[in-house]
Amino acid sequence: MDFLRPRTWAEALDLKAARPEATPIQGGTDVMVEINLDKGRPAALLDLTPIPELREWSREGDVIRLGAGVTYSRLIGELEARLPGLAQASRTVGSPQIRNRGTVAGNLGAASPAGDSHPPLLACDAVVEAESVRGARLIPIGEFYTGVKRNALAPDELIRAVRVPVARGPQYFSKIGTRNAMVIAVCSFSIALHAAERRVGTGVGSAAPTPRRAVAAEEFAAARLDWRGRSPLDPDVAGRFGELVAGAAAPIDDVRGRAAYRTHALAVLARRALGWAWADFRAGTGADSSAGSGGGDDRGSQ
Amino acid sequence: MPSGIGESVPRPDGNLKVSGEFAYSSDLWLEGMLWGATLRSPHPSAWIRSMDVGPALAMPGVFAVLTHEDVPGERFYGLEHRDQPVLAIDQVRYQGEPVAIVAADHPETARRAAAAIVVDYEVRPAVTDPRRAAFDLSCPAVHPGGNLVRHQPVRVGSTFAAEVVVTGEYEVGMQDQAFLGPESGLAVPAEDGGVDLFVATQWLHVDQGQVAPCLGLPPEKVRLTLAGVGGAFGAREDLSMQVHASMLALRTGRPVKMVYGREESFFGHVHRHPARMRYEHGATADGRLVYVRAEILLDGGAYCSSTLAVVGNAASLGVGPYEVDNVWIDAYGVYTNNPPCGAMRGFGAVQACYAYESQMDRLAAACGLSPVEIRVRNAVSQGSRLATGQLIDSPAPLAEMLTELAAMPLPTDPAGAGMDGAGPDLRLLPGGVAQATRGEGVRRGVGYGVGIKNICFSEGFDDYSTARVRIEAAGDEPHVLVRTAAAEVGQGLVTVQAQIARTELGVERVTVAPADTGVGSAGSSSASRQSYVTGGAVRAACVAVRERLGALRAAHPELSLVEVLERCGPVEETREFRHRPTFPMDPVTGQGNSHTQLALCVHRAVVDVDVDLGLVRVVELAAVQDVGKILNPLALEGQIHGGSAQGLGLALMEEIQVREGRVLNPSFTDYLIPTILDMPPMRLSILENPDPHAPYGLRGAGEPPTLSSTPAVAAAVRAATGLDLPRVPIRPEDIALVPASRP
Ligand SMILES: Cc1cc2nc3c(=O)[nH]c(=O)nc-3n(C[C@H](O)[C@H](O)[C@H](O)COP(=O)(O)OP(=O)(O)OC[C@H]3O[C@@H](n4cnc5c(N)ncnc54)[C@H](O)[C@@H]3O)c2cc1C
Repeated sequence: MDFLRPRTWAEALDLKAARPEATPIQGGTDVMVEINLDKGRPAALLDLTPIPELREWSREGDVIRLGAGVTYSRLIGELEARLPGLAQASRTVGSPQIRNRGTVAGNLGAASPAGDSHPPLLACDAVVEAESVRGARLIPIGEFYTGVKRNALAPDELIRAVRVPVARGPQYFSKIGTRNAMVIAVCSFSIALHAAERRVGTGVGSAAPTPRRAVAAEEFAAARLDWRGRSPLDPDVAGRFGELVAGAAAPIDDVRGRAAYRTHALAVLARRALGWAWADFRAGTGADSSAGSGGGDDRGSQ
Repeated sequence: MPSGIGESVPRPDGNLKVSGEFAYSSDLWLEGMLWGATLRSPHPSAWIRSMDVGPALAMPGVFAVLTHEDVPGERFYGLEHRDQPVLAIDQVRYQGEPVAIVAADHPETARRAAAAIVVDYEVRPAVTDPRRAAFDLSCPAVHPGGNLVRHQPVRVGSTFAAEVVVTGEYEVGMQDQAFLGPESGLAVPAEDGGVDLFVATQWLHVDQGQVAPCLGLPPEKVRLTLAGVGGAFGAREDLSMQVHASMLALRTGRPVKMVYGREESFFGHVHRHPARMRYEHGATADGRLVYVRAEILLDGGAYCSSTLAVVGNAASLGVGPYEVDNVWIDAYGVYTNNPPCGAMRGFGAVQACYAYESQMDRLAAACGLSPVEIRVRNAVSQGSRLATGQLIDSPAPLAEMLTELAAMPLPTDPAGAGMDGAGPDLRLLPGGVAQATRGEGVRRGVGYGVGIKNICFSEGFDDYSTARVRIEAAGDEPHVLVRTAAAEVGQGLVTVQAQIARTELGVERVTVAPADTGVGSAGSSSASRQSYVTGGAVRAACVAVRERLGALRAAHPELSLVEVLERCGPVEETREFRHRPTFPMDPVTGQGNSHTQLALCVHRAVVDVDVDLGLVRVVELAAVQDVGKILNPLALEGQIHGGSAQGLGLALMEEIQVREGRVLNPSFTDYLIPTILDMPPMRLSILENPDPHAPYGLRGAGEPPTLSSTPAVAAAVRAATGLDLPRVPIRPEDIALVPASRP
């Protein structure tokens, strides 16, 4: 097995073009586990950790550009106010050791239906910035997941960054696990209220071959929420929203839980999450438009 | 005596372990050593039509490929019954059964070579239903003698009718010991044609007694030394890589190391017997037990392992620590093509405890009594008899323990506590920071559990330990060396041995030598027995040394202890220690003094349950345990915490899922054990009512908390949800998908 260690991003793209079969490695929390379990040995590893600009994030207008090497721990510490949904999801990933190494880009590279960053990325309309020697392209998150553990990257492409809009309203992430920490999602759900556009974003995890949005639920809620008057949430609306989210899933029975349980749990999670988000919106708390323009650093690196 | 018994002396290996410097058996290394790997059956049941090892042998770096034809001696081994082939002979009986072994100069080469061996299997239908295996005569036999390994009845009295009758069917899933240090060791060929084996195990001599015949060697040519053990909990009682590594070392003339991977480890050791149990309890209207009927069915999987003893425990302790005059128990252990099951902390007693305690709660409800009151009314005490007729002849203050437990303050913070301006502290809610709830749907429940466990080996086993103690002058101080073959598996025996020597000899400097077979057997580090039996042996050897020293000092009254030792030389004594003998259970009535010591623990669990999602957070566990005499408070509390955590795991998450004989979750990704956020703080009360028959009055302590915490947690979840929950582990869907029966 060859170990390729580019010093610069350009060199990394060259190597990936020359060796498209090489497996990129960032935090290694997926790659090393696969190797240790002897699940297919890559012909080459392409180590991205030496490349400094991947470890940076920056604010570009209303969007956070999150370098592929920014760890979950840093995301939680540095971006919680601006990307609350993604930060909440990051907080549930593995253990402190895993969060100190693992990255959102690695989660996207692995494209596991159970990956915790996917639901908030979907709910927030994130965009994946992919690049190759042929040039850069922006992949809307909804087009990124193409199948179980498959994604839209071409063989010569690498993820440079993920672009996530700064929160313009309350966001929540919830996941079900059979223990209270360090657990892979049985199912998960994320909601983002895009208040200015009177729109609701959703993401459903671990309940279909790929992470996906619950479009009918989004449209239903957008139409039925009292954006202008901010009146209390009608429990029937919350309940129906939950049902529609559950209806968007296509879960299976597996070792972590039964399909029927996943469907049931998603409805509960979605109903609750809409309640929390709406309560924040009414109270004017949580991440809302003020956080969008407010303080905090505009970049971070390590 | 400072650092003597009763003190919280720290472990000698504690700092090394937490700083990552401790050498485990998987860290063993010798210049020029080879690596072993095992080819395992992918099928739960198949004939082996043919095997071609040629492709493996042809690989560069491969030194040996061995099959059952290469076993030098006996081809079968086993703890209680030698029914397990060293390597499969024409047939495999469980998924993961070793079929061939390889030695190569690199671990990956060894694994690749093992994978290159071509095996032609003829897959057969697998026997996977233990009930069929036990009772259906048309069921295929996993072994020639049939599928019933042991049937142990218990028959007392003739009154099987009562005013109040409650029945229940219960199930316990297959728990794993989940030790962190995988099976591993190093076999070194010796000049005398024998082998020196460095291995993580629980009982060096029982390994030696099985390995030597398989190698065709006399026992003295198979010398074992304990290597660093990364947890055991019963899973290291059976052999794993011992014979395999030795065969490869003898064949190649090179040291051979074997280390199982994590997934392989799940196939490399036995698990806890899953159980299906039917119970019927009859009582008077005021809640006094009249009779108990039970059928306990234990799935032993493909090989016998400890199934005989597991059935004995389940039968003899099947009614729990309660007085009842009429008992009708049938306990069965069977062969199937499921993974082999054997020893795990509390075996046999754990499964029964979950069922009888669930029954006691049902009975309490039927009689309109509290869970504590029903237990107090029926509690055993010194002078009571077990279902086997055995007299409890040492303190057993169960009623007092329950009363003390119930009087402990309950957590005062309400369900979903920790609310402040910033919202709830998610870590205090079911699901934790995964934020499945911010307080919605959370209900609190409280439950109790009581358990009784036999300490030491039972049913007539000649159970003993051996200790050699030597005192000599080192520099100008006396120094004591304690040598036994007892396995330190994390329980703290190495600390306790030194404490005993300090107390008995009044000498501060004590070294405990590494455990090996150069001294007589210490018996197993299981059945909560080592403080009792090896502790007893160390004490006996110390007393013998002290007596000789006394004579020497009397002869030289002018000399100090060091001077006596310098003048007369070291004093060394070796002693065997046995507990009171036990006797077999009558095969028809189950009567007999089958146990030597019994230990009690009681638990109270407080849980918060998200009843909509079925997620649980245990808020607090409280326990009262009688240990007779506390030898090391710190180590003892660790044992009670750990045992309680393992019981909590069985109640809520720990299960090897098996479908059609295949394991679905052989990894720590999907075999979940409690984390620090699942295991709550504990409130403990440790009693010291001495057992007059035991050294220092002590009572074995490692297993009892593993029994009672499971039913306590399950009862608390029932209290929070109003559901029956007749099966552990309780899955979220068991709670969330059955709202109909909730009040
Ligand atoms: C103990 C443990 C617990 C875990 N718990 C969770 C959990 O709770 N939730 C969860 O979602 N995940 C969990 N994981 C999985 C893992 O930590 C995450 O998927 C993490 O996001 C991976 O990030 P990484 O940087 O370590 O990726 P790596 O392992 O380095 O890479 C993962 C994949 O992405 C590809 N890749 C990496 N960087 C790039 C890039 N720049 N461009 C293109 N492809 C790239 C790699 O080739 C590989 O296919 C856990 C893992 C472990 C070991």
